[in-house]
Amino acid sequence: MNAVLDFIAALGRAALNLVRTAGALTLFGVAALSHLVRPPFYWRIFFGALIEIGFFSLPVVALTALFSGGVIALQSYTGFAQYHAQGAIAGIVVLAVTRELGPVLAGLMVAGRVGAAMAAEIGTMRVTDQIDALTTLSTNPMKYLVTPRLLAGTIALPCLVLVADILGVLGGFVVSVVKLDFSAPAYIAATFTAVKTIDVTVGLAKAAVFGFLITLMGCYHGYTSRGGAQGVGSATTAAVVAASILLLASDYLLTDVFFSQ
Amino acid sequence: MTQTTPKIRIRGLRKAFGPKVVLDGIDLDVMPGTSMVIIGGSGSGKSVLLRCILGLIPADAGTIEIDGVDVLSLPTRRREAVIETIGMLFQNGALFDSLSVWENVAFGLLAAGRRHGKRPSRAEARATAGRVLEQVGLDPSVGALSPSELSGGMQKRVGLARAIAGQPDILFFDEPTTGLDPIMGAVIDGLIVDCVRKLGSTAIAITHDMASAQRIGDQAAMLYKGKLIWQGPATSLLNSGNPMVDQFTHGRREGPISMELRR
Repeated sequence: MNAVLDFIAALGRAALNLVRTAGALTLFGVAALSHLVRPPFYWRIFFGALIEIGFFSLPVVALTALFSGGVIALQSYTGFAQYHAQGAIAGIVVLAVTRELGPVLAGLMVAGRVGAAMAAEIGTMRVTDQIDALTTLSTNPMKYLVTPRLLAGTIALPCLVLVADILGVLGGFVVSVVKLDFSAPAYIAATFTAVKTIDVTVGLAKAAVFGFLITLMGCYHGYTSRGGAQGVGSATTAAVVAASILLLASDYLLTDVFFSQ
Repeated sequence: MTQTTPKIRIRGLRKAFGPKVVLDGIDLDVMPGTSMVIIGGSGSGKSVLLRCILGLIPADAGTIEIDGVDVLSLPTRRREAVIETIGMLFQNGALFDSLSVWENVAFGLLAAGRRHGKRPSRAEARATAGRVLEQVGLDPSVGALSPSELSGGMQKRVGLARAIAGQPDILFFDEPTTGLDPIMGAVIDGLIVDCVRKLGSTAIAITHDMASAQRIGDQAAMLYKGKLIWQGPATSLLNSGNPMVDQFTHGRREGPISMELRR
């Protein structure tokens, strides 16, 4: 009987903890967003974050998209050839890349690279009193550290995804034409026939949501970290894990909203 | 404002973290232009006291008056304006490692200028930072370096430069000589005394270092188990007549203060 009660109590504690964290995270996000419309805005921090997230993530996102596009083309071919439906491969590649793989893979790459770095940087600032020092120097830490990063993440990820979309389709094109002997003009025509504006725009909208969530997780876990190096390490891990899970969950929700008929 | 009104007046200040009471009804007056040194063992609440005054940690009860105004009851904007008059030297310097030394020193100047709509240009801020670095005995060329390129003593001096750059009315020093060799500690103490005198500021320093406490302080107080158990002139720290203070200042193992150690 005691074991059952202990189990229920543990479940209750976990549920309360989840609700408490969700509440704290919501308040944190709202507070950060409220600073967008209250000057001053720290443009130097914003542009620094934009370059860090957008420009320096470009190689890893580009390579991931290129190879993923190629892999989809190959896998689709092996499956579709059995039914003589190879002509659908161009459409499969472009829809998979623009609707799902571009935003999700770019998001996961950025979560691993940027979310972790943000949590580590802000967490280190927290445990070395730099955030307290900001307050004593007439600077709101939320306004200075969090708001510019959130905006930069929300803007940078769609730009990255646009590049990922192009390179993902290019990867599929190269594999299809060079390895699978498709006709290049026919492949390009099939690609443009299959893709609709909404496929790309929804993918970019998803990317904006993912960018916001990744930077929010990085900033929140860094900002609330405690206890020295171990605390910063835990914050970094938590930021990446939480961002990845939220990213996939929100991807499902957005896909359900925009594409389920 | 008369000279008899304390610059900082604390009454009944209380702060607990869960069941652990860190500050238990602190009453403290710091007169304008004086330096108050607060001593006490590790974990006795010295840093928490400074952080409560700065608003970095919310107090549970009590009042903190600066120039006769209770800062705990002020709205955020006015409270921020009061905090702007306080400079703080953190224990580990707390320099922003993503910024250069001069940007660290000028950070408060640029932030205050931004708040008041008369922000100095970066060139002006850099020149001011250079002058302040000279005041703490550093060459202005140090301004181009990153904080990680500096020694511990230099980082403390940059931290001090950052604290005094805005010419604050009040200065807080959190363990200013911790981690420094005795000579560098004396140099930092000398700089602190010079800066406080030049600015005419009121200062509160917390320290474990008795030599430093006597060099910096006009007045001294000892915090033990969340209460101020003694206050008096800093010159009488070593012969206060209070057995607890005497045990602490002479570093005696035996005495009324029992260390809570598990054997």
